[in-house]
Amino acid sequence: MSILVIAEHDKGDLKGATLATIAAARNLGDQIDVLVAGAADCAAVAAKAAAAVGVSRVLVAENAAYDHMLAENTALLVAELAKNYSHVLAPATTNGKNVIPRAAALLDVQAISDICGVVSADTFQRPIYAGNIIATVQSSDSIKLLTVRTTAFDPVAAEGGRASVETVASVHQTGLAEFKGEEVAKSDRPELTAAKIIISGGRGMQNGDNFEMLYRIADKLGAAVGASRAAVDAGFVPNDMQVGQTGKIVAPELYIAVGISGAIQHLAGMKDSKVIVAINKDGDAPIFQVADYGLVADLFKALPELEAAL
Amino acid sequence: MKIVVAVKRVADYNVKVRPKSDHSGPDLANVKMAINPFCEIAVEEAVRLKEKGTATEVIAVSLGPQAAQEQIRTALALGADRGILVQTDVALEPLGIAKCLKAICDQEKPDLVLLGKQAIDGDNNQTGQMLGALTGYAQATFASKITVGDGSLEVIREVDGGLQTLAIKLPAIVTSDLRLNEPRYASLPNIMKAKKKPIDTTTPEQLGVDVAPRVKLLKAEPPPERKAGIKVEDVAQLVDKLKNEAKVIA
Repeated sequence: MSILVIAEHDKGDLKGATLATIAAARNLGDQIDVLVAGAADCAAVAAKAAAAVGVSRVLVAENAAYDHMLAENTALLVAELAKNYSHVLAPATTNGKNVIPRAAALLDVQAISDICGVVSADTFQRPIYAGNIIATVQSSDSIKLLTVRTTAFDPVAAEGGRASVETVASVHQTGLAEFKGEEVAKSDRPELTAAKIIISGGRGMQNGDNFEMLYRIADKLGAAVGASRAAVDAGFVPNDMQVGQTGKIVAPELYIAVGISGAIQHLAGMKDSKVIVAINKDGDAPIFQVADYGLVADLFKALPELEAAL
Repeated sequence: MKIVVAVKRVADYNVKVRPKSDHSGPDLANVKMAINPFCEIAVEEAVRLKEKGTATEVIAVSLGPQAAQEQIRTALALGADRGILVQTDVALEPLGIAKCLKAICDQEKPDLVLLGKQAIDGDNNQTGQMLGALTGYAQATFASKITVGDGSLEVIREVDGGLQTLAIKLPAIVTSDLRLNEPRYASLPNIMKAKKKPIDTTTPEQLGVDVAPRVKLLKAEPPPERKAGIKVEDVAQLVDKLKNEAKVIA
């Protein structure tokens, strides 16, 4: 078995999602190569990928064609490389979800999304129906293309490996798409998918200004701040803060849900958290059915008290 | 501009679907079915482009059992012009769906194909991307804003870090995210009108597509149950529990 892992990276930084994906790959075999594709800063990323435990070889494809992993070009690269591997894995990030299915169709392979367990080389577990069912599925394709639910695998150590680094020369430039720009939320707080503690607000927060109360508590705890779909749809906070079935999937040590009722779609994104706290004034809210500690209270009273107590 | 929009028949999003007692698959007996919410957003976007005069025709395509006609009717009631049902009782996978849609694209030659980013049953999030590969069209997934230019689109995408803007050439595939628009409610007169709009029926075989599944469902189990914990009296007790019992804060 040899396995190709597609690295998730940004501005020279190797994302933790890659380390969790390498961990998933280690359940499949020992020959693990990591592909770093991008327009710039790939050498820095490759050095970090080479240091990750369990990696045999790092392949670097640096070209403008792979700017922000444009799907049209990157999928062609992945499909070309995939022929040397039994499995190709990417984290189930927006990049992974964008590229893997396109590469799979080029190879006439049915990809498997969001695996949360490896049963054997061809059999995987994955959540369906917003996580209400865990499906065990067996692939009959000769190459397996998978995206990985990174919260389900403990990341490999970032230091200790000594993989070789090689350059991939092939350039696939379709000219179909061009990256024009991005609006990236800037924050000193940890990223949602990497945070050990998350405090999230829902519709009960009433407006965006009230999220300040969550930010202050988050800064005391070293936490990230998330939101329910209701809060994002209402325009309180931007989309990248959304936790849920179609937002980010998180599993921190501690998840504090504030003014969140607990719709199926939200629970799908956070119910694997180790400890869940719910603060809601409606004692019948479904969030209390998954909370380890529930506090039935008006959040506008409870949050200042919580801030003061920390 | 001609638009093809794909719609999927799925269990209504308010239903908590559970596995069958023998764990052979999801239990969908007597479950209310509906159009996948992301597909509904895709239809709304297509209809808005037609209302603006950008699109000339909107064709709603669904794949599945005969009952999937209902979801095509929903799209027609929202403003699509005509429908195509690719009828099959095979449990379709994204690759098979994308191959059928590719065959439809060969016939209809659309400038734009709109799809939902994922269906809320299989949660695969693959079909649009696969259709992109098979047609060779550009793709913009997870779209929250579409601006039509001359032979191209500018699309704002919802990505992990925030929002990303892409320029892509037409013809193109775009998959909708939640905030692309808020779908309208179909009015009664439009629901009546939709009954008179044409729906063509074809099959994967007629399209020359093999939709035999590649992936076998071995088991469908409930996720590990999370037990409800305790209710605390006040913030002081909560902080005490988190520090001394759960030990998750210092």
